[in-house]
Amino acid sequence: MNLSQAIIELIWIVLGIIAIIVPVMIGVLAFTYAERKVLAFMHVRIGPNRVGPFGFFQPLADAIKLLHKEIIIPAVADKFIFILAPVLSIAPALAAWAVIPFAQGWVLANINAGILYVLAMTSFGAYGILLSGWASNSKYALFGSLRSAAQMVAYEIAMGFALIGVMLAAGSLNLSQIVLAQSGGIWHWYWLPLLPLFVVYLISGVSETNRAPFDVAEGESEIVAGYHVEYGGMAFGVFFLAEYSNMLLISALVSLFFLGGWLSPLQGIPGLETWFAWVPGVIWFLIKIIFFSFLYLWLRATFPRYRYDQIMRLGWKVLIPITLIWIVVVAVAARFNLPPWW
Amino acid sequence: MVKTIIRIIKSFTLWELFAGLLLTGKYFWKRKFTVQFPEEKTPVSPRFRGLHALRRYPNGEERCIACKLCEAVCPALAITIDSEQRADGSRRTKSYEIDLFKCIYCGMCEEACPVDSIVLTDMSHYHIAERGENILTKEKLLAIGDKYEEQIAAAREEEGRYR
Repeated sequence: MNLSQAIIELIWIVLGIIAIIVPVMIGVLAFTYAERKVLAFMHVRIGPNRVGPFGFFQPLADAIKLLHKEIIIPAVADKFIFILAPVLSIAPALAAWAVIPFAQGWVLANINAGILYVLAMTSFGAYGILLSGWASNSKYALFGSLRSAAQMVAYEIAMGFALIGVMLAAGSLNLSQIVLAQSGGIWHWYWLPLLPLFVVYLISGVSETNRAPFDVAEGESEIVAGYHVEYGGMAFGVFFLAEYSNMLLISALVSLFFLGGWLSPLQGIPGLETWFAWVPGVIWFLIKIIFFSFLYLWLRATFPRYRYDQIMRLGWKVLIPITLIWIVVVAVAARFNLPPWW
Repeated sequence: MVKTIIRIIKSFTLWELFAGLLLTGKYFWKRKFTVQFPEEKTPVSPRFRGLHALRRYPNGEERCIACKLCEAVCPALAITIDSEQRADGSRRTKSYEIDLFKCIYCGMCEEACPVDSIVLTDMSHYHIAERGENILTKEKLLAIGDKYEEQIAAAREEEGRYR
């Protein structure tokens, strides 16, 4: 391969990255708007409605506000790590999108170890939170990041075990292969045969992104804002972006692993299947992502925050045993090709 | 035993959590009754005690006769009055000042007034931007009264039978 070919390939990759990052960023903006609206509606309020029609440009106004604000670095903070932490937080949150197949063949990096890559990237996000708490040299930030670290350790295990079930069922680590292994209609998607793992993955996904009811790392009422208490302006904005793109990522992953990614839910239903054959796969994928994103907001509006020891109990004593049991069940079913799914 | 089994089934099927989600889900669709403040306003009672005003008689003569009952009754000592004999021999105020920072909007001045001169209007949306603006002088009070006389009279009319 000569140089010009390499350059052309590089340009294609960069274009692919832009084609992923821009929709993700727009998604994040829409998500923050949706969060405020959905929470407001569940509180019987109206929510933001001043900027643009129905307040639709509120996230833009927020972004402009954050950009204008001064980034204050505390005098006792470790300046290098203080600046590095938001970067470490957002980089893996965006990098993980590289292996997400948006539709058949619509994937930037179709690598065979897709699940491992995703697990690595989502775990890597914890470093941003940890370092930000440590570098701030503030007690609340440190509390927040320590809580977050312990929580990550507990739930990462349950998450990994839940994905082992998916790997066993699909017989592949490649995300596209996993989706294709679920083809055959809504009853063949893994949410049903792997129902306990699906629920566990969903719960640990919420915990992994530090969202309510597992948001002890931020815990406004206890430790002010947790790990990003010392951050202001766009440095805070970057944490914000990372959190929301992580939420979108987890929504996408749940859709891929358990809800058949880009596959149509009408597959196998005579009549409806042909009627809706024109709908591109990416639309089904988006609908699933939006469903889980909405679930995130719904959970936040509904449940009070867990106490810290309750989170640990749930993670270690409930979720991990459930996944262990169900992995055995799945393994046996997959080994002996038990009906109805294998 | 049975209770324990029921409890275990309930917690593993996330029963309570779904019940909670259902409740918030219902509220999501409820009618929202937020009042969009600058465009919409909540109804104001005619008894509302807001910004002060001094009223005039329909012929343009100011009502206040400088009896100083309001000054005497004011629990916050917010009213300061100086009186004089006007050229036509009637007793009038030389100055009539209300300090809005001291005023507690109790409405006792209005109750004490024998000629319905000092009143509390239903205006609550005003602000004080500069030092000194908190002192309502006689001119300002009369101007407020002139401007909102219709509203003031209507509110007094509505409330008259309870007084």
